[in-house]
Amino acid sequence: MKKYMSDLIVTANTPLNNQYFLLKLTSKETLPAMLPGQFVEVLIDDCSNVFLRRPLSVHFVDKTSNELWLLVQRIGKGTEKMSTWQAGQLVNVLYPLGNSFSVPEKQSSVLLIGGGVGVAPLLLLGDYLKNKAIVPVFLLGARSKSDLLMLEEFAKYGTVYTTTEDGTYGEKGFVTQHSILQQKFDKIYTCGPTPMMKAVAAYSLKNNISCEASLENTMACGIGVCLCCVQDTTDGHRCVCTDGPVFNIKDLKWQI
Amino acid sequence: MADLTTMLGSLQLKNPVMTASGTFGYGDEFADFIDIAAIGGIIVKGTTLHHREGNAYPRMAETASGMINAVGLQNKGVDYFIEHIYPKTSAIDTAVLVNVSGSTIDDYVATAEKIADLEHIPAIELNISCPNVKQGGMAFGTCAASAYEVVDAVRKVYPKHLMVKLSPNVTDITEIARAAEGAGADSVSLINTLLGMAINANTRKPVLSTVTGGLSGPCVKPIALRMVWQVSRAVSIPVVGLGGIMNATDAIEFFLAGATAIQIGTANFIDPTTTVKVIDGITSYLDANGYKSITDIIGKLEV
Repeated sequence: MKKYMSDLIVTANTPLNNQYFLLKLTSKETLPAMLPGQFVEVLIDDCSNVFLRRPLSVHFVDKTSNELWLLVQRIGKGTEKMSTWQAGQLVNVLYPLGNSFSVPEKQSSVLLIGGGVGVAPLLLLGDYLKNKAIVPVFLLGARSKSDLLMLEEFAKYGTVYTTTEDGTYGEKGFVTQHSILQQKFDKIYTCGPTPMMKAVAAYSLKNNISCEASLENTMACGIGVCLCCVQDTTDGHRCVCTDGPVFNIKDLKWQI
Repeated sequence: MADLTTMLGSLQLKNPVMTASGTFGYGDEFADFIDIAAIGGIIVKGTTLHHREGNAYPRMAETASGMINAVGLQNKGVDYFIEHIYPKTSAIDTAVLVNVSGSTIDDYVATAEKIADLEHIPAIELNISCPNVKQGGMAFGTCAASAYEVVDAVRKVYPKHLMVKLSPNVTDITEIARAAEGAGADSVSLINTLLGMAINANTRKPVLSTVTGGLSGPCVKPIALRMVWQVSRAVSIPVVGLGGIMNATDAIEFFLAGATAIQIGTANFIDPTTTVKVIDGITSYLDANGYKSITDIIGKLEV
Protein backbone atom coordinates (compact mmCIF):
# COMPACT_ATOMS: atom_id res chain seq x y z
CA MET A 1 0.00 0.00 0.00
CA LYS A 2 1.26 3.43 -0.86
CA LYS A 3 2.34 5.49 2.13
CA TYR A 4 1.77 9.20 2.45
CA MET A 5 3.17 12.11 4.43
CA SER A 6 0.52 14.80 4.71
CA ASP A 7 -0.55 17.73 6.80
CA LEU A 8 -3.92 16.68 8.18
CA ILE A 9 -6.32 19.07 9.86
CA VAL A 10 -7.67 18.58 13.38
CA THR A 11 -11.47 18.61 13.28
CA ALA A 12 -12.10 17.66 16.91
CA ASN A 13 -10.10 16.75 19.98
CA THR A 14 -12.35 15.41 22.71
CA PRO A 15 -11.31 14.36 26.21
CA LEU A 16 -12.91 11.02 27.12
CA ASN A 17 -11.77 11.21 30.73
CA ASN A 18 -8.72 12.63 32.49
CA GLN A 19 -6.43 10.15 30.72
CA TYR A 20 -7.78 9.50 27.24
CA PHE A 21 -8.83 11.64 24.30
CA LEU A 22 -10.25 11.13 20.84
CA LEU A 23 -8.47 13.05 18.09
CA LYS A 24 -10.19 13.40 14.72
CA LEU A 25 -8.24 14.49 11.65
CA THR A 26 -9.32 15.25 8.12
CA SER A 27 -7.69 15.97 4.79
CA LYS A 28 -8.53 18.23 1.88
CA GLU A 29 -8.26 15.14 -0.30
CA THR A 30 -10.11 11.89 0.26
CA LEU A 31 -8.19 9.91 2.87
CA PRO A 32 -6.52 6.80 1.46
CA ALA A 33 -7.80 3.36 2.42
CA MET A 34 -6.50 2.21 5.80
CA LEU A 35 -6.70 -1.37 7.00
CA PRO A 36 -7.59 -2.52 10.52
CA GLY A 37 -4.41 -2.88 12.56
CA GLN A 38 -2.46 -0.27 10.61
CA PHE A 39 -1.00 2.75 12.35
CA VAL A 40 0.15 6.30 11.72
CA GLU A 41 3.24 8.22 12.84
CA VAL A 42 2.34 11.66 14.13
CA LEU A 43 4.83 14.53 14.23
CA ILE A 44 4.70 16.52 17.46
CA ASP A 45 6.20 19.86 16.55
CA ASP A 46 7.57 22.46 18.92
CA CYS A 47 7.57 20.23 21.96
CA SER A 48 10.81 20.27 23.88
CA ASN A 49 12.40 16.84 24.39
CA VAL A 50 10.00 15.18 21.95
CA PHE A 51 12.13 14.36 18.92
CA LEU A 52 10.55 11.33 17.27
CA ARG A 53 7.13 10.84 15.77
CA ARG A 54 4.57 8.97 17.86
CA PRO A 55 3.08 5.74 16.47
CA LEU A 56 -0.68 5.43 17.03
CA SER A 57 -3.20 2.84 15.87
CA VAL A 58 -5.84 3.81 13.36
CA HIS A 59 -8.92 3.75 15.59
CA PHE A 60 -11.46 4.35 12.87
CA VAL A 61 -11.88 5.87 9.42
CA ASP A 62 -15.18 7.69 8.98
CA LYS A 63 -15.65 7.71 5.24
CA THR A 64 -18.74 9.92 5.29
CA SER A 65 -16.94 12.76 7.08
CA ASN A 66 -13.47 11.88 5.63
CA GLU A 67 -12.03 11.60 9.13
CA LEU A 68 -9.26 9.56 10.68
CA TRP A 69 -9.81 8.84 14.38
CA LEU A 70 -7.01 8.31 16.88
CA LEU A 71 -7.68 7.11 20.40
CA VAL A 72 -4.88 8.42 22.57
CA GLN A 73 -3.73 7.92 26.15
CA ARG A 74 -1.79 10.72 27.81
CA ILE A 75 1.34 9.00 28.98
CA GLY A 76 4.20 11.39 28.25
CA LYS A 77 5.14 14.82 26.97
CA GLY A 78 4.24 13.98 23.37
CA THR A 79 0.73 12.74 24.02
CA GLU A 80 0.26 15.52 26.60
CA LYS A 81 1.01 18.03 23.83
CA MET A 82 -1.37 16.24 21.47
CA SER A 83 -4.16 16.57 24.01
CA THR A 84 -3.91 20.37 23.68
CA TRP A 85 -4.33 20.43 19.89
CA GLN A 86 -7.29 22.49 18.74
CA ALA A 87 -9.62 22.16 15.77
CA GLY A 88 -8.09 23.73 12.67
CA GLN A 89 -4.50 22.89 13.60
CA LEU A 90 -2.34 21.15 11.00
CA VAL A 91 -0.67 17.90 12.01
CA ASN A 92 1.97 16.14 9.92
CA VAL A 93 1.20 12.43 9.64
CA LEU A 94 2.96 9.48 7.97
CA TYR A 95 0.37 6.88 7.04
CA PRO A 96 -0.92 4.22 6.64
CA LEU A 97 1.88 2.08 8.09
CA GLY A 98 2.33 -1.57 8.95
CA ASN A 99 0.39 -4.71 8.13
CA SER A 100 -3.17 -5.46 9.21
CA PHE A 101 -5.40 -8.02 10.85
CA SER A 102 -6.42 -10.78 8.46
CA VAL A 103 -10.17 -10.54 8.07
CA PRO A 104 -11.82 -13.96 7.58
CA GLU A 105 -13.24 -14.57 4.11
CA LYS A 106 -16.07 -16.76 5.30
CA GLN A 107 -18.62 -16.62 8.07
CA SER A 108 -17.01 -17.41 11.42
CA SER A 109 -17.30 -16.65 15.10
CA VAL A 110 -14.85 -13.95 15.98
CA LEU A 111 -13.78 -12.57 19.36
CA LEU A 112 -12.01 -9.22 19.64
CA ILE A 113 -10.27 -8.74 22.99
CA GLY A 114 -8.98 -5.29 23.92
CA GLY A 115 -7.50 -3.82 27.05
CA GLY A 116 -7.16 -0.16 28.00
CA VAL A 117 -6.21 2.08 25.08
CA GLY A 118 -5.41 -1.16 23.20
CA VAL A 119 -9.06 -1.28 22.15
CA ALA A 120 -8.12 1.36 19.53
CA PRO A 121 -7.54 -0.81 16.42
CA LEU A 122 -10.52 -3.07 17.17
CA LEU A 123 -13.12 -0.48 16.15
CA LEU A 124 -11.92 -0.32 12.53
CA LEU A 125 -11.63 -4.12 12.58
CA GLY A 126 -15.29 -4.27 13.66
CA ASP A 127 -16.18 -2.11 10.67
CA TYR A 128 -14.29 -4.38 8.25
CA LEU A 129 -15.89 -7.48 9.77
CA LYS A 130 -19.32 -5.89 9.36
CA ASN A 131 -18.57 -5.41 5.66
CA LYS A 132 -17.95 -9.16 5.48
CA ALA A 133 -21.29 -9.73 7.23
CA ILE A 134 -19.48 -11.05 10.29
CA VAL A 135 -20.83 -9.90 13.64
CA PRO A 136 -17.97 -10.07 16.14
CA VAL A 137 -18.04 -10.33 19.91
CA PHE A 138 -16.05 -7.61 21.67
CA LEU A 139 -14.53 -8.30 25.06
CA LEU A 140 -13.11 -5.08 26.42
CA GLY A 141 -11.27 -4.76 29.70
CA ALA A 142 -10.08 -1.85 31.81
CA ARG A 143 -9.06 -1.01 35.36
CA SER A 144 -12.30 0.81 36.11
CA LYS A 145 -15.57 1.88 34.50
CA SER A 146 -14.24 5.29 33.48
CA ASP A 147 -11.41 3.63 31.51
CA LEU A 148 -13.77 1.67 29.26
CA LEU A 149 -13.70 3.65 26.04
CA MET A 150 -16.04 4.15 23.09
CA LEU A 151 -18.49 1.43 24.16
CA GLU A 152 -21.38 2.90 22.11
CA GLU A 153 -19.21 2.88 18.97
CA PHE A 154 -18.19 -0.76 19.47
CA ALA A 155 -21.84 -1.70 20.02
CA LYS A 156 -22.58 -0.62 16.42
CA TYR A 157 -20.58 -3.58 15.12
CA GLY A 158 -21.18 -6.42 17.55
CA THR A 159 -22.04 -7.56 21.05
CA VAL A 160 -19.91 -5.90 23.71
CA TYR A 161 -18.85 -7.62 26.93
CA THR A 162 -16.68 -5.89 29.50
CA THR A 163 -14.53 -6.54 32.52
CA THR A 164 -13.15 -4.12 35.06
CA GLU A 165 -10.48 -4.94 37.58
CA ASP A 166 -12.37 -3.12 40.33
CA GLY A 167 -15.77 -4.52 39.34
CA THR A 168 -17.32 -1.10 38.67
CA TYR A 169 -18.67 -2.24 35.28
CA GLY A 170 -19.17 -5.62 33.60
CA GLU A 171 -17.64 -8.70 35.14
CA LYS A 172 -14.99 -8.15 37.78
CA GLY A 173 -11.50 -9.35 36.93
CA PHE A 174 -9.38 -9.71 33.81
CA VAL A 175 -10.63 -10.32 30.28
CA THR A 176 -9.29 -13.87 30.35
CA GLN A 177 -11.58 -14.60 33.32
CA HIS A 178 -14.76 -13.50 31.50
CA SER A 179 -17.57 -16.06 31.18
CA ILE A 180 -17.91 -15.46 27.41
CA LEU A 181 -14.68 -17.42 26.99
CA GLN A 182 -16.64 -20.57 27.75
CA GLN A 183 -18.10 -20.20 24.25
CA LYS A 184 -16.18 -21.58 21.29
CA PHE A 185 -14.70 -19.06 18.82
CA ASP A 186 -12.96 -19.65 15.48
CA LYS A 187 -10.68 -16.66 15.68
CA ILE A 188 -9.38 -14.21 18.29
CA TYR A 189 -7.88 -10.78 17.68
CA THR A 190 -6.28 -8.94 20.56
CA CYS A 191 -4.61 -5.66 21.42
CA GLY A 192 -3.72 -4.29 24.82
CA PRO A 193 -1.07 -4.49 27.53
CA THR A 194 1.48 -7.24 26.85
CA PRO A 195 0.60 -9.31 29.95
CA MET A 196 -3.04 -9.31 28.82
CA MET A 197 -2.13 -10.32 25.26
CA LYS A 198 0.10 -13.09 26.58
CA ALA A 199 -2.78 -14.39 28.70
CA VAL A 200 -5.06 -14.25 25.65
CA ALA A 201 -2.39 -16.03 23.59
CA ALA A 202 -2.13 -18.76 26.24
CA TYR A 203 -5.92 -19.20 26.20
CA SER A 204 -5.93 -19.38 22.38
CA LEU A 205 -3.13 -21.94 22.24
CA LYS A 206 -4.77 -24.07 24.90
CA ASN A 207 -8.07 -24.06 23.04
CA ASN A 208 -6.50 -24.33 19.60
CA ILE A 209 -7.94 -21.03 18.37
CA SER A 210 -6.10 -18.98 15.76
CA CYS A 211 -5.04 -15.69 17.35
CA GLU A 212 -3.56 -12.45 16.07
CA ALA A 213 -2.09 -9.81 18.38
CA SER A 214 -1.30 -6.19 17.57
CA LEU A 215 1.94 -5.23 19.31
CA GLU A 216 3.21 -1.91 20.51
CA ASN A 217 6.81 -0.79 20.53
CA THR A 218 8.87 2.37 20.68
CA MET A 219 9.74 3.32 17.12
CA ALA A 220 11.85 5.78 15.27
CA CYS A 221 11.11 5.58 11.54
CA GLY A 222 7.91 3.51 11.30
CA ILE A 223 8.88 2.32 7.81
CA GLY A 224 11.31 -0.51 8.51
CA VAL A 225 14.67 1.17 8.09
CA CYS A 226 15.98 1.97 11.58
CA LEU A 227 15.46 -1.59 12.91
CA CYS A 228 14.81 -0.26 16.42
CA CYS A 229 11.35 -1.74 17.06
CA VAL A 230 12.16 -5.42 16.66
CA GLN A 231 10.23 -8.31 18.12
CA ASP A 232 11.74 -11.74 18.64
CA THR A 233 9.93 -14.18 16.34
CA THR A 234 10.44 -17.72 15.10
CA ASP A 235 11.98 -16.03 12.04
CA GLY A 236 14.43 -13.93 14.08
CA HIS A 237 14.14 -10.22 14.84
CA ARG A 238 11.28 -8.69 12.89
CA CYS A 239 10.23 -5.04 12.80
CA VAL A 240 6.95 -4.30 14.55
CA CYS A 241 6.48 -1.35 12.15
CA THR A 242 6.62 -3.28 8.87
CA ASP A 243 6.42 -7.02 9.65
CA GLY A 244 3.77 -6.10 12.22
CA PRO A 245 2.22 -4.56 14.21
CA VAL A 246 -0.08 -7.58 13.82
CA PHE A 247 1.53 -10.98 14.40
CA ASN A 248 0.04 -14.43 14.57
CA ILE A 249 0.87 -15.52 18.11
CA LYS A 250 2.37 -18.75 16.74
CA ASP A 251 5.16 -16.67 15.20
CA LEU A 252 6.07 -14.93 18.47
CA LYS A 253 8.62 -16.29 20.88
CA TRP A 254 6.55 -15.41 23.89
CA GLN A 255 7.19 -17.39 27.05
CA ILE A 256 3.62 -18.36 27.85
CA MET B 1 20.98 27.28 -11.27
CA ALA B 2 24.14 26.37 -9.36
CA ASP B 3 25.97 23.18 -10.25
CA LEU B 4 25.78 20.57 -7.50
CA THR B 5 28.00 18.00 -9.21
CA THR B 6 30.35 16.64 -6.60
CA MET B 7 33.65 14.84 -7.01
CA LEU B 8 34.80 12.66 -4.15
CA GLY B 9 38.21 12.01 -5.59
CA SER B 10 37.32 10.16 -8.79
CA LEU B 11 33.82 9.26 -7.63
CA GLN B 12 31.30 11.56 -9.26
CA LEU B 13 27.98 12.26 -7.54
CA LYS B 14 25.11 14.22 -9.07
CA ASN B 15 24.92 16.24 -5.88
CA PRO B 16 26.62 16.22 -2.46
CA VAL B 17 23.70 14.81 -0.48
CA MET B 18 24.00 11.18 0.55
CA THR B 19 22.08 9.03 3.01
CA ALA B 20 23.77 7.70 6.13
CA SER B 21 24.01 3.95 6.48
CA GLY B 22 21.31 2.35 8.59
CA THR B 23 18.88 5.23 8.18
CA PHE B 24 17.65 4.66 4.63
CA GLY B 25 17.25 0.90 4.34
CA TYR B 26 17.99 -0.05 0.76
CA GLY B 27 16.27 3.01 -0.67
CA ASP B 28 12.96 1.55 -1.86
CA GLU B 29 11.38 2.11 1.57
CA PHE B 30 11.40 5.84 0.66
CA ALA B 31 10.09 5.51 -2.90
CA ASP B 32 6.53 6.45 -1.87
CA PHE B 33 7.77 9.79 -0.58
CA ILE B 34 10.52 10.95 -2.93
CA ASP B 35 12.35 10.21 -6.18
CA ILE B 36 15.27 8.37 -4.63
CA ALA B 37 17.33 8.76 -7.81
CA ALA B 38 17.46 12.49 -7.04
CA ILE B 39 19.77 11.78 -4.09
CA GLY B 40 23.51 12.14 -4.72
CA GLY B 41 24.39 8.84 -3.10
CA ILE B 42 22.61 6.14 -1.16
CA ILE B 43 24.67 4.29 1.43
CA VAL B 44 22.86 1.10 2.27
CA LYS B 45 22.62 -0.59 5.63
CA GLY B 46 25.79 -1.91 7.30
CA THR B 47 26.67 -5.24 5.72
CA THR B 48 28.76 -7.97 7.31
CA LEU B 49 30.22 -11.22 6.01
CA HIS B 50 27.67 -13.32 7.88
CA HIS B 51 24.05 -12.84 8.89
CA ARG B 52 23.66 -10.90 12.15
CA GLU B 53 20.50 -10.84 14.27
CA GLY B 54 21.62 -7.65 16.00
CA ASN B 55 21.12 -6.83 19.65
CA ALA B 56 18.20 -7.73 21.87
CA TYR B 57 15.29 -5.34 22.37
CA PRO B 58 15.09 -2.52 23.62
CA ARG B 59 17.33 -0.95 21.03
CA MET B 60 16.35 2.69 21.11
CA ALA B 61 15.96 5.57 23.52
CA GLU B 62 14.68 9.00 22.62
CA THR B 63 16.75 11.84 24.04
CA ALA B 64 16.57 15.62 23.98
CA SER B 65 17.05 16.49 20.28
CA GLY B 66 18.15 13.01 19.34
CA MET B 67 18.09 9.30 19.96
CA ILE B 68 20.36 6.52 21.10
CA ASN B 69 20.35 3.28 19.16
CA ALA B 70 21.80 -0.13 19.82
CA VAL B 71 20.71 -2.03 16.72
CA GLY B 72 23.99 -3.89 16.44
CA LEU B 73 24.33 -4.21 12.66
CA GLN B 74 21.33 -6.45 12.09
CA ASN B 75 21.64 -7.61 8.48
CA LYS B 76 21.38 -10.76 6.42
CA GLY B 77 25.01 -10.87 5.33
CA VAL B 78 26.82 -9.93 2.14
CA ASP B 79 25.76 -12.98 0.12
CA TYR B 80 22.09 -12.22 0.77
CA PHE B 81 22.76 -8.61 -0.23
CA ILE B 82 24.34 -9.67 -3.51
CA GLU B 83 21.63 -12.16 -4.37
CA HIS B 84 18.48 -10.37 -3.26
CA ILE B 85 19.11 -6.67 -2.76
CA TYR B 86 21.80 -5.73 -5.27
CA PRO B 87 19.55 -6.53 -8.29
CA LYS B 88 17.10 -3.92 -6.96
CA THR B 89 19.65 -1.26 -6.00
CA SER B 90 21.31 -1.62 -9.41
CA ALA B 91 18.18 -0.19 -10.98
CA ILE B 92 18.44 3.05 -8.97
CA ASP B 93 19.91 5.77 -11.16
CA THR B 94 22.33 7.18 -8.62
CA ALA B 95 25.46 6.08 -6.75
CA VAL B 96 24.68 3.26 -4.34
CA LEU B 97 27.40 2.53 -1.79
CA VAL B 98 27.61 -0.36 0.63
CA ASN B 99 28.61 0.20 4.22
CA VAL B 100 30.92 -2.67 5.19
CA SER B 101 31.46 -3.79 8.75
CA GLY B 102 33.17 -6.70 10.43
CA SER B 103 34.47 -8.27 13.61
CA THR B 104 37.91 -9.18 12.25
CA ILE B 105 40.16 -7.85 9.50
CA ASP B 106 39.54 -11.05 7.55
CA ASP B 107 35.78 -10.36 7.69
CA TYR B 108 36.22 -6.84 6.34
CA VAL B 109 38.49 -8.07 3.56
CA ALA B 110 36.23 -10.96 2.53
CA THR B 111 33.15 -8.70 2.46
CA ALA B 112 34.92 -5.93 0.53
CA GLU B 113 36.23 -8.47 -2.01
CA LYS B 114 32.73 -9.74 -2.72
CA ILE B 115 31.39 -6.22 -3.18
CA ALA B 116 34.31 -5.22 -5.41
CA ASP B 117 32.88 -7.57 -8.03
CA LEU B 118 29.56 -5.71 -8.20
CA GLU B 119 29.52 -3.45 -11.24
CA HIS B 120 26.90 -1.02 -9.92
CA ILE B 121 28.52 -0.40 -6.55
CA PRO B 122 31.14 2.30 -7.21
CA ALA B 123 32.37 2.60 -3.63
CA ILE B 124 32.20 1.19 -0.14
CA GLU B 125 32.07 2.95 3.17
CA LEU B 126 34.24 1.04 5.60
CA ASN B 127 32.63 1.19 9.01
CA ILE B 128 35.40 1.12 11.59
CA SER B 129 33.24 3.01 14.05
CA CYS B 130 30.11 1.09 14.99
CA PRO B 131 29.66 1.44 18.76
CA ASN B 132 27.11 -1.37 18.99
CA VAL B 133 29.03 -4.55 18.24
CA LYS B 134 31.01 -6.40 20.85
CA GLN B 135 34.01 -7.21 18.71
CA GLY B 136 35.55 -5.16 15.95
CA GLY B 137 33.63 -2.14 14.74
CA MET B 138 34.58 0.81 16.83
CA ALA B 139 37.57 -1.02 18.28
CA PHE B 140 39.31 -0.63 14.92
CA GLY B 141 38.46 3.02 14.64
CA THR B 142 39.59 4.20 18.05
CA CYS B 143 43.29 3.45 17.56
CA ALA B 144 45.38 4.79 14.69
CA ALA B 145 47.42 1.60 14.32
CA SER B 146 44.42 -0.73 14.02
CA ALA B 147 42.60 1.76 11.77
CA TYR B 148 45.64 1.75 9.49
CA GLU B 149 45.77 -2.03 9.55
CA VAL B 150 42.15 -2.63 8.53
CA VAL B 151 42.08 0.11 5.88
CA ASP B 152 45.39 -1.14 4.45
CA ALA B 153 44.10 -4.73 4.26
CA VAL B 154 40.88 -3.70 2.52
CA ARG B 155 42.73 -1.32 0.20
CA LYS B 156 44.75 -4.26 -1.14
CA VAL B 157 41.59 -6.07 -2.32
CA TYR B 158 39.27 -3.18 -3.09
CA PRO B 159 40.25 -1.12 -6.15
CA LYS B 160 37.27 1.27 -6.26
CA HIS B 161 36.51 4.29 -4.06
CA LEU B 162 37.17 3.49 -0.43
CA MET B 163 35.46 5.76 2.08
CA VAL B 164 36.28 5.19 5.75
CA LYS B 165 33.73 6.10 8.41
CA LEU B 166 35.31 7.49 11.55
CA SER B 167 34.27 7.34 15.16
CA PRO B 168 33.98 10.49 17.27
CA ASN B 169 34.69 8.43 20.40
CA VAL B 170 38.41 9.23 20.31
CA THR B 171 40.80 11.73 21.84
CA ASP B 172 42.02 13.06 18.51
CA ILE B 173 40.01 12.21 15.40
CA THR B 174 42.59 13.79 13.09
CA GLU B 175 45.06 11.10 14.08
CA ILE B 176 42.68 8.34 12.93
CA ALA B 177 41.83 10.29 9.76
CA ARG B 178 45.52 10.58 8.89
CA ALA B 179 45.99 6.85 9.51
CA ALA B 180 43.11 6.08 7.12
CA GLU B 181 44.54 8.44 4.52
CA GLY B 182 47.98 6.90 4.96
CA ALA B 183 46.56 3.43 4.41
CA GLY B 184 45.02 4.51 1.13
CA ALA B 185 41.48 5.68 1.92
CA ASP B 186 39.96 7.80 -0.87
CA SER B 187 37.74 9.74 1.53
CA VAL B 188 36.66 9.80 5.16
CA SER B 189 33.12 10.20 6.48
CA LEU B 190 32.41 11.50 9.95
CA ILE B 191 30.96 11.30 12.47
CA ASN B 192 29.47 7.96 13.41
CA THR B 193 27.35 8.03 16.57
CA LEU B 194 28.63 9.16 19.95
CA LEU B 195 28.65 6.58 22.70
CA GLY B 196 25.89 7.40 25.15
CA MET B 197 23.40 5.84 27.52
CA ALA B 198 19.93 6.31 28.91
CA ILE B 199 18.59 5.30 32.32
CA ASN B 200 15.04 4.75 33.53
CA ALA B 201 15.00 6.26 37.01
CA ASN B 202 11.76 4.49 37.93
CA THR B 203 13.06 0.99 37.23
CA ARG B 204 16.70 1.87 38.03
CA LYS B 205 17.62 0.05 34.84
CA PRO B 206 19.30 1.06 31.60
CA VAL B 207 16.85 1.75 28.77
CA LEU B 208 18.90 -0.19 26.20
CA SER B 209 19.53 -3.91 26.33
CA THR B 210 23.21 -3.16 25.72
CA VAL B 211 23.33 -0.42 28.40
CA THR B 212 25.23 1.92 26.05
CA GLY B 213 24.44 2.87 22.48
CA GLY B 214 25.08 5.41 19.74
CA LEU B 215 23.73 8.95 20.08
CA SER B 216 22.60 10.74 16.92
CA GLY B 217 20.41 13.63 15.86
CA PRO B 218 20.69 17.42 16.10
CA CYS B 219 22.22 17.17 19.58
CA VAL B 220 25.50 15.88 18.06
CA LYS B 221 25.77 18.46 15.27
CA PRO B 222 28.13 20.90 17.03
CA ILE B 223 30.57 18.06 17.74
CA ALA B 224 30.31 16.76 14.18
CA LEU B 225 30.94 20.24 12.74
CA ARG B 226 33.99 20.70 14.92
CA MET B 227 35.41 17.35 13.89
CA VAL B 228 34.74 17.91 10.17
CA TRP B 229 36.54 21.24 10.44
CA GLN B 230 39.51 19.66 12.23
CA VAL B 231 39.77 16.66 9.89
CA SER B 232 39.38 18.67 6.68
CA ARG B 233 42.46 20.69 7.71
CA ALA B 234 44.41 17.56 8.65
CA VAL B 235 44.01 15.43 5.51
CA SER B 236 44.01 16.10 1.78
CA ILE B 237 41.39 13.50 0.82
CA PRO B 238 37.74 14.61 0.69
CA VAL B 239 35.73 14.69 3.90
CA VAL B 240 32.08 13.62 4.00
CA GLY B 241 30.27 15.28 6.90
CA LEU B 242 27.38 13.92 8.89
CA GLY B 243 25.90 14.26 12.34
CA GLY B 244 22.53 15.82 13.09
CA ILE B 245 21.87 17.41 9.70
CA MET B 246 18.13 18.16 9.62
CA ASN B 247 17.91 20.79 6.87
CA ALA B 248 19.80 22.66 4.13
CA THR B 249 21.22 25.25 6.53
CA ASP B 250 22.80 22.51 8.61
CA ALA B 251 24.26 21.03 5.42
CA ILE B 252 25.69 24.41 4.30
CA GLU B 253 27.45 24.69 7.67
CA PHE B 254 29.19 21.37 7.03
CA PHE B 255 30.33 22.49 3.56
CA LEU B 256 31.73 25.70 5.03
CA ALA B 257 33.53 23.63 7.68
CA GLY B 258 35.24 21.67 4.91
CA ALA B 259 32.94 18.80 3.89
CA THR B 260 32.86 17.96 0.17
CA ALA B 261 29.64 15.99 0.61
CA ILE B 262 27.23 15.34 3.47
CA GLN B 263 25.04 12.51 4.70
CA ILE B 264 21.52 12.71 6.10
CA GLY B 265 20.91 10.16 8.85
CA THR B 266 18.51 10.42 11.76
CA ALA B 267 16.48 13.13 9.98
CA ASN B 268 15.20 10.41 7.60
CA PHE B 269 13.27 8.97 10.55
CA ILE B 270 11.46 12.23 11.24
CA ASP B 271 10.83 13.38 7.68
CA PRO B 272 11.40 10.87 4.86
CA THR B 273 11.59 13.73 2.38
CA THR B 274 14.54 15.45 4.13
CA THR B 275 17.09 14.50 1.45
CA VAL B 276 15.30 16.19 -1.43
CA LYS B 277 14.44 19.21 0.71
CA VAL B 278 18.12 19.59 1.57
CA ILE B 279 19.14 19.30 -2.10
CA ASP B 280 16.63 22.01 -3.07
CA GLY B 281 17.70 24.17 -0.15
CA ILE B 282 21.38 23.96 -1.09
CA THR B 283 20.56 25.07 -4.63
CA SER B 284 18.51 27.99 -3.30
CA TYR B 285 21.34 29.06 -0.99
CA LEU B 286 23.95 28.92 -3.75
CA ASP B 287 21.72 30.82 -6.19
CA ALA B 288 20.73 33.44 -3.63
CA ASN B 289 24.37 34.07 -2.74
CA GLY B 290 25.64 34.15 -6.31
CA TYR B 291 27.66 30.93 -6.22
CA LYS B 292 27.97 28.97 -9.45
CA SER B 293 28.90 25.64 -7.88
CA ILE B 294 28.78 23.76 -4.61
CA THR B 295 32.58 23.64 -4.77
CA ASP B 296 32.60 27.43 -4.25
CA ILE B 297 31.62 27.10 -0.58
CA ILE B 298 33.59 24.04 0.54
CA GLY B 299 35.92 24.99 3.37
CA LYS B 300 35.07 28.68 2.98
CA LEU B 301 34.56 29.25 6.68
CA GLU B 302 35.79 32.75 7.50
CA VAL B 303 37.66 32.37 10.75
